[in-house]
Amino acid sequence: MSKKNTRILLIDDEEIVRESLSGWLEKDGYTIGTAPDGLAGLKAVDEGPWSILLVDLKMPGIDGLEVLRRVKAKSPEIAVVIMTAYATVDTAVNAMKLGAFDYIVKPFDPEEVSLMVEKIVAQQALVRENVILRKALKREYQFHDLVTKSAAMQGTLELARTAARSPSTILILGESGTGKELLARAVHAESPRHDKPFIAMSCAALTETLLESELFGYEKGSFTGAAQRREGRFVAAHGGTLFLDEIGDISPKLQLDLLRVLEVRHVTRVGGTESVAVDVRIIAATNRDLLKAVADGHFRQDLFYRLNVITLTLAPLRERKEDIPPLVDRLLEQLAVELKKPVEGVSPEAMALLLAHSWPGNVRELRNVLERGIVVSRGPLLLPADLGLTLRGEEIPAHPASLAEVERQHIAAVLKNTAGNVTQAARILDIDRVTLYSKIHKLGLKRADDGVFEPATES
Amino acid sequence: MSEVALWWIGTGDADNGLLESVRTHVEQVFRAPARLELAGSRPDDAFDIRRNQHSSHRTLLWLESRRPRRAGRILGLTDADLFIPVLTFVFGEAQLKGRAAVVSTARLIGAGLPGESARLGRRLRTEAVHELGHTFGLLHCRDSRCAMARSSTLKDVDAKLPDLCETCRALFLENADEIGDFHEQEKHADPADR
Repeated sequence: MSKKNTRILLIDDEEIVRESLSGWLEKDGYTIGTAPDGLAGLKAVDEGPWSILLVDLKMPGIDGLEVLRRVKAKSPEIAVVIMTAYATVDTAVNAMKLGAFDYIVKPFDPEEVSLMVEKIVAQQALVRENVILRKALKREYQFHDLVTKSAAMQGTLELARTAARSPSTILILGESGTGKELLARAVHAESPRHDKPFIAMSCAALTETLLESELFGYEKGSFTGAAQRREGRFVAAHGGTLFLDEIGDISPKLQLDLLRVLEVRHVTRVGGTESVAVDVRIIAATNRDLLKAVADGHFRQDLFYRLNVITLTLAPLRERKEDIPPLVDRLLEQLAVELKKPVEGVSPEAMALLLAHSWPGNVRELRNVLERGIVVSRGPLLLPADLGLTLRGEEIPAHPASLAEVERQHIAAVLKNTAGNVTQAARILDIDRVTLYSKIHKLGLKRADDGVFEPATES
Repeated sequence: MSEVALWWIGTGDADNGLLESVRTHVEQVFRAPARLELAGSRPDDAFDIRRNQHSSHRTLLWLESRRPRRAGRILGLTDADLFIPVLTFVFGEAQLKGRAAVVSTARLIGAGLPGESARLGRRLRTEAVHELGHTFGLLHCRDSRCAMARSSTLKDVDAKLPDLCETCRALFLENADEIGDFHEQEKHADPADR
């Protein structure tokens, strides 16, 4: 977690104390908020979130101990430190009994307050680290793990949350790397099936027969190597959720098989006759345009309608750039734990670079770029050079867009290197001379005035 | 980069050799001309009789209001013991992304043991870089050897090198560009500032 995400709220009735302490802590990079009395402080706590509260003991109206009591009742995870100008053993004991993290006397020794804040931050980081590791281990992601500020995405998440409680089939659409599986897991976690299995299966990775036996299982001896009867993913997901990724890539035969399972809620193992009843919630996902695939006859219309009960569309990252800063914070926090390398954030210039990139690989690409950044960075902040984006960013606009243009530029470059000798150029390009001539013609490469495209004499 | 004005505002006599070493060091680290000047007066209103210390906040306001026009930054050097209301003392203070900074020798001298005075020069240079770094928007650095690391004790100060680490240097250059532009605009708005 970056320091600017450690939010500290100062509640003190003396303006000079609020000013000087916030100015001092600000230089550590924390985000500081202030409130002039207990009431305003409690209101600020409600509007949160805060990691640490520094509360003056003696204030008119609601005093420090009362603030402490109310905060601990509502948000026990916030570390509350009581500050006072006059220390008495009684109030100190009282404060600690009520759950204060510490009790300090004004004016503070700079070392004392620095160490105390560091200790709280380290302790809270440890708690968060545990949560992240536990999640990574169990892959139990929930809606609050999907970071977004975009209105369209929030609408999608709202719909997903509602749909999660129903048993309906869900179709998730979105480009690669937008987090389709993460959303599917979140839906599962929020559904009444959350304590039953979540089984994920990528339909694009396997051949038709392999996918078929993976999904439906197989009988002993149904094919070479089928030494034992094996249950498929449908049975494994019984009572829970089956996530079928890249559904747009399955063969016509499997489309039909899948349609049948969705209709009758029974599966038959490959090579078998006995059918097994399954209670499975299907979440399918694809990065393809399924409607177009239906129109083109590549995807069964009836299966499409079976799957397309509730559609959730994940917007590509380039259309929700406002999500990049919070995503960067979240991903850096996760990666720092996974890579065991503390990192505080990205420099303003590096952030500008991240915001300017078009992210064809979406959140997954962002995660990869940040992972690279953490690995190569030498300080607590990722700098532009650490991201490896500078060059790519500059190269993309300079690069030609189409394959034909790449071909044209490459051929022109090779011809230039061979001083127009087509035979030599054809050898380098590993194509025959006639093909090269026709390409030169087709791609509109002009013969220069000095005749550099003249056929070489040795041919 | 615009000039940095260095002012001795202490009550005792200025140690010219010491101040000159701070001046050349500031020039080197921030790649900006630094000029050592004699202040015409002292920030007397910064003295707090109850604490028998000088308010660093009031010292900064005093420095800021007297900053020479050609100087983009002003660094006050003093022998007065500085404080902010919530802390028992500070080695120095600066306005974050502002123009004024102050460093005191009072706590940097240490216990006055033999050998301490030799360390004072390095400590003062380190803390001068630290406070001026804040005026360029630099926050505290986690690298305990970087001048921008938070130091609450002399031991912390001595653990630091009097220079910016690689990351802080890069951030300084980023920020200096940004803040430098701001100065340019200001100059255009007020030709007398040239």
